[in-house]
Amino acid sequence: MTQTSLGESVVQKEIQSQAQNNGVAANITHTQPLWLLAEVTYRCPLHCAFCYNPTDYDKHTQNELTTEQWIQALRDARKLGALQLGISGGEPLLRDDIEDIVIEAKKLGYYSNLITSGVGLTEKRIQAFKDGGLDHIQLSMHDITEEINNFITNTRTFELKKKVAAMIKNHGYPMVLNVVIHRYNIGHIKEILEMAEALGADYVELANTQYYGWSLVNRNQLMPLKEQIDYAEKITNEFREKVGNKMKIFFVVPDYFSNRPKKCMNGWGEVFMIVTANGDVLPCHSARVLPNMQFPNVRDKGLEWAWKDSPAFNKYRGTDWMKGPCVTCPEKLNDLAGCRCQAFLLTGDAESADPVCSLSPNHHLIEKAIEDSKNPVLASQPIIFRTDKNSKKYASGESTERVEEFHALP
Amino acid sequence: MDNNIQASDIYAIALHHRFQWEEAQQSYVILFPEGMVKLHGGAGEVIKRVDGKATVGDIVADLKATFPDAVGIEDDIMGMFDLAVGKAWLRKLN
Repeated sequence: MTQTSLGESVVQKEIQSQAQNNGVAANITHTQPLWLLAEVTYRCPLHCAFCYNPTDYDKHTQNELTTEQWIQALRDARKLGALQLGISGGEPLLRDDIEDIVIEAKKLGYYSNLITSGVGLTEKRIQAFKDGGLDHIQLSMHDITEEINNFITNTRTFELKKKVAAMIKNHGYPMVLNVVIHRYNIGHIKEILEMAEALGADYVELANTQYYGWSLVNRNQLMPLKEQIDYAEKITNEFREKVGNKMKIFFVVPDYFSNRPKKCMNGWGEVFMIVTANGDVLPCHSARVLPNMQFPNVRDKGLEWAWKDSPAFNKYRGTDWMKGPCVTCPEKLNDLAGCRCQAFLLTGDAESADPVCSLSPNHHLIEKAIEDSKNPVLASQPIIFRTDKNSKKYASGESTERVEEFHALP
Repeated sequence: MDNNIQASDIYAIALHHRFQWEEAQQSYVILFPEGMVKLHGGAGEVIKRVDGKATVGDIVADLKATFPDAVGIEDDIMGMFDLAVGKAWLRKLN
């Protein structure tokens, strides 16, 4: 699973959303989900150090929704207004029913997107997706070097990704590449963009790592320097000028290095709805880290109730829940106080201002994180890769390494 | 007007883009990788007529006939074409 749709994503920038939601419940404000993200499995053949999936994902690999349950979820979300469908994970291709999900998505009128590492994409399957009406495929790429690709994903997948890119192109799909940016590849932005151009990419998303899940526990190992990010953005802008409309390049700015917090998910319960592998319905990818929240599950009352009436979806809708300094801040409608998960992960208080905000009383935590990432002793600690073994240790409580300080377990 | 739209131009919806009516939104939308646009009122009426066969001139005439009370809609229609071509929602066929 890639990081693009975290925070203020490229999608949200294009949406003319219904912005005037200052109330509480969706049945008052009439918000509709426009985007359904189906995280169909947390199983994954890759072990990316920057994955935002929950560190205890292993708990949710045994109780995945059935094909029928997914199809029902697709139907219910479509009735609520969802249009864009992301089929993600984990690696969605580890399920053998993605073909059935694609066919149903087409029937219902979704614009569907398979978000994949490419592992498991065969000629037979891509042909079935094409026949079934899948609209596009977003492929994650990691670097121009085999060494970094294989290191950061903890797999040997470099050659495979290039083959899959060609396969996607040959089947007439728009080529959408997603590259998560971190310390190990930020120096190669120009070469990465050249590779994308050579592969015939139509869209490239350079998604600077945001720190949730596995990327949070590896923050000291992944975070680049501010100077590196500025330089990468400059190179990106130059490349954009050169290629024009032929290849659209999105540069997702890392919030740690910005003074203003992101308007996370374009607002809680405003446009995004995520259904996870086990059927939990979430307003954002990492919401399960938040304490004292009971998230709805599709197995219980269905998606309409989840979106419109569940206490979890109404909890942070609008601005009524805010406290100081956000509640009197003139910026509050622009950023809705930032990210609830980030506020909780870093401060222990989900209702406090996102510490990324320069006006947050906890902003020093971000400054410290940036300083820590320059500390050679901390940076030389080993990366904790996203593996079932590591996840089991977190889920069972056997290991608390680097999760305690971040409140990073539900 | 940057895109020099001519009455004889013929357009189609761009590759990998889809135009459809959305019941839940009560509006037309254009869907594409990583994004979507809601088209309000008149904008939807213009794009609805873009079918890869009608010229811009045909579409202007049709809209004038459909909405006889709307004054000066030709400028609005040409403005919508200009925007849609600039955003690469449409591709030119001739």
